[in-house]
Amino acid sequence: MKYVDEFRDGKVARNLARTIAAEVQPERRYHLMEFCGGHTHAISRYGLRDLLPPEVRFIHGPGCPVCVLPVGRIDSAIELARDHGAILCSYGDPLRVPASGRMSLLRAKAEGADIRMVYSSADALKIARENPDREVVFFAIGFETTTPPTAVALRQARAEGLKNFSVFVNHVLTPSAIQNILESPEVRELGTVPLDGFIGPSHVSTIIGSRPYEFFAEEFQKPVVIAGFEPLDVLQSVLMLVRQLNEGRAEVENQFSRAVTREGNLKAQALVAEIFELRDRFEWRGLGEVPYSALRIRDAYRDFDAEVRFELPYRSVPDHKACECGAILRGLKQPQECKVFGTVCTPDNPLGSCMVSAEGACAAYYTYGQFTKITAVAEAS
Amino acid sequence: MCLAIPVKVVELLEAEQALVDVGGVRKEVDVSLVDGVAEGDYVILHVGFAINRLDETEAQRTLAMLREMGVEPGAAA
Repeated sequence: MKYVDEFRDGKVARNLARTIAAEVQPERRYHLMEFCGGHTHAISRYGLRDLLPPEVRFIHGPGCPVCVLPVGRIDSAIELARDHGAILCSYGDPLRVPASGRMSLLRAKAEGADIRMVYSSADALKIARENPDREVVFFAIGFETTTPPTAVALRQARAEGLKNFSVFVNHVLTPSAIQNILESPEVRELGTVPLDGFIGPSHVSTIIGSRPYEFFAEEFQKPVVIAGFEPLDVLQSVLMLVRQLNEGRAEVENQFSRAVTREGNLKAQALVAEIFELRDRFEWRGLGEVPYSALRIRDAYRDFDAEVRFELPYRSVPDHKACECGAILRGLKQPQECKVFGTVCTPDNPLGSCMVSAEGACAAYYTYGQFTKITAVAEAS
Repeated sequence: MCLAIPVKVVELLEAEQALVDVGGVRKEVDVSLVDGVAEGDYVILHVGFAINRLDETEAQRTLAMLREMGVEPGAAA
């Protein structure tokens, strides 16, 4: 058992797809939002859309942390390195996200700013230890999976009394984003985004557990199935959602039981609660300002908060006019409906954030399935 | 960057670090977020940290269910 290949068996996948096709009711549509970018990536990479009957439709949600990071936050990160002379340590994905004035972290680096790619928050700590005469800032982004590692680094920095280390926190919360989508006028009033159920995040759920989704199932009457990232996991979850919808149920079910429990990782949750607290509001690309949707460092760890240390003001910056990332992140549009998709905006030269990370909907479509829609039209005609 | 992968713990090291096997490559990771990690365990590795342990019994149950769900299309409807 290696927990990978076993969940990629093509024959089982085809059988599952046939079972789904046999169980969908032809008169209804099943609009399933995969919240997590990892699922968007898996759906495109393994061609799952093509395996499923047309009644099942995927809607891509805002679950890629790089994609939802607004321009203003990247600008602030650049400011830390360029104007404050700090060594800015960042995960690889945010480096190419477009910022204001045709700038990006990578371009700022090329122009001389000291920006370093790290694999882990522990690497940023190491850089701080090795450069005691320089300010070192960790650019922390991500959902509930990357937050505990940031918390470990902060606890370690305080234990060691590191004076030159701080964290620029951009950690966001999955349940708040899901709630924002369900309460949006597009879903609630206008019906422009039909949403029948959610393919729930898997790795985020290893930390927060399945319990937080129970509210959505009850309050909004939307079924949620927490799904692993392998192709068979996604297909099984689609079948579980189809069955719930056919039976008129709206419950939280856990397909990824090999890693997710109802309670989640309590040790990680306790550490996060010790170090972080809720922000009143936080701007998301595509969703705008969402109340209580992100974290900031508690007063006890204030000395390690880069926003306090460098008195960073936040300036909201609109996205590029031609970029449709906002509408794509809310499920309003598909990547191919954006005018710049695959022309001006490509993974090599992204104009919008959804084209940057491998988990972004545009990058997934461009890499694995940008012609899906065209083929479908040709077949129909 | 949300992508995380299952890896096998090969050796426990000092200071809540462990050596894991990532597709044949050995890598040192932090296991402080998961209680009681033992050699031979599979954990989910994300940005250099084990974020949870994988449960083999549950994995086998899921695989059995997957096979069952796909055996006779429509039979379970």
